[in-house]
Amino acid sequence: MRLRAPSPFPLVAGVALAIVLAFLAIPLVAVFVDVPPGDLLRALDDPSARDALRLSLETSLMALGLIIALGTPAAWLLATRRFRGRAVLLTLVELPLVVPPAVAGIALLAALGPQGLFGGALADLGIELVLQRAGVVVALTFVASPFYIRQAVAAFESVDRRLLEAARTLGAGEARTFLRVAVPLARPGLLAGAALAWGRALGEFGATLMFAGSFRGVTQTASLAIYERFATDFTAALALSAVLVAASAAILLMTKLAMVGSEELHGAQR
Amino acid sequence: MLSAEIRRAVRDVTLDVRLDARPGRPLVLVGPSGAGKTTLLRMIAGLLRPDAGRISCAGAVWFDDGSGIDLRPEQRRCALLHQDDTLFPHLRAWRNVAFGLHGRAPRERHARALDVLGQLGVERLADAYPRALSGGERRRVALARALAAEPPALLLDEPFTGLDDAAREDARAAVRAAVALAEVPVILVTHDLADARALDADVLALADGRLTSPEAA
Repeated sequence: MRLRAPSPFPLVAGVALAIVLAFLAIPLVAVFVDVPPGDLLRALDDPSARDALRLSLETSLMALGLIIALGTPAAWLLATRRFRGRAVLLTLVELPLVVPPAVAGIALLAALGPQGLFGGALADLGIELVLQRAGVVVALTFVASPFYIRQAVAAFESVDRRLLEAARTLGAGEARTFLRVAVPLARPGLLAGAALAWGRALGEFGATLMFAGSFRGVTQTASLAIYERFATDFTAALALSAVLVAASAAILLMTKLAMVGSEELHGAQR
Repeated sequence: MLSAEIRRAVRDVTLDVRLDARPGRPLVLVGPSGAGKTTLLRMIAGLLRPDAGRISCAGAVWFDDGSGIDLRPEQRRCALLHQDDTLFPHLRAWRNVAFGLHGRAPRERHARALDVLGQLGVERLADAYPRALSGGERRRVALARALAAEPPALLLDEPFTGLDDAAREDARAAVRAAVALAEVPVILVTHDLADARALDADVLALADGRLTSPEAA
């Protein structure tokens, strides 16, 4: 019996994989090792750095809350109804994914800014967004919501319709069917979407800068604080970056764990 | 009594059906797959709208195209048992059974769920998740879920398919028990005449969109 000649392809693919991993991981690792940990921690002692981190956390969580509260029922309708123009609506919901952040900032100004389409109406209601914390939340919500809604639509579409029908014939109206059957079964997808949206909101830069500005303690999120520091205090910029990398990794890890957990609990859905 | 008079175009045939189902004696509809049996049940359950006709149950009108009445499935509550038994995978067996007991006190729901599981001989499975159950056990839990909701009519869509011989015998016994417990009109759909014989039932055959007695079919 002759030995098979080793195929060169797995070797080539293996090299490609090694390059990809190195390219993706080395910059993130460098954030932590470029400067001694002591210096990183000292840089975080700066109150304005902590303000920026807290602001990032608060605004991104507020945006996430809004996205989930409004996006979940909206995604349910998009997933369960067939109507003319549905494809157009789905595209519209996904549009912010591909719009450049700077354009998103300009678009928000054109719509909600003081001179914008609805600026006057908002002013009459006493709502100011530009250069305000609420403006940060609006910008984050705008850029991050498609990540959640897209995933939520897919998650609801993958729920077995016969389970939803069974719930109805057992006396549950659409609201109860949604809350008790559809949401629990779509949960892994909803969690993944929420994590993606949160991660996107946490890292948002361009739209926030243009729409809400970069004022310490008011609208300067961690990403904006990094940008402000990198010319003058690279160590401080690195320290903030390290926190964001750790937070993003934690979000990703939590999502993976949550999804594994719920798969083990529910088993593969038939 | 459940009375239905239904017309609806389904693919290449037009269903034109009249049927009456009485409590105590199940009505079995037999017919080849694609004859429209499942479609018929779905229309009675309110999941699909007939083109025309009238459906009533226990004195209440569920559908009447003449007067525009069309109750939603949750208003008809007729516990359609699907052939794939559609147990909710994220709920334990007893919570599945308690699903149709919305509005009652939590303790009462638990007691009632265990009660009905016991009547079908599967009380021991109360805390199991559906994925841990065998095909026959799933059928019994699904029947318990349908019964517990005290539906005004029980609709069973191919409750014996997808089971091996032993489980099928077991499921037939369970359906006989369920029919005796339910005291409401029962309509059972199957492609196998042997299923009909296993129950003490009236049998009608669905072919070319019409119901006939099986001898004529």
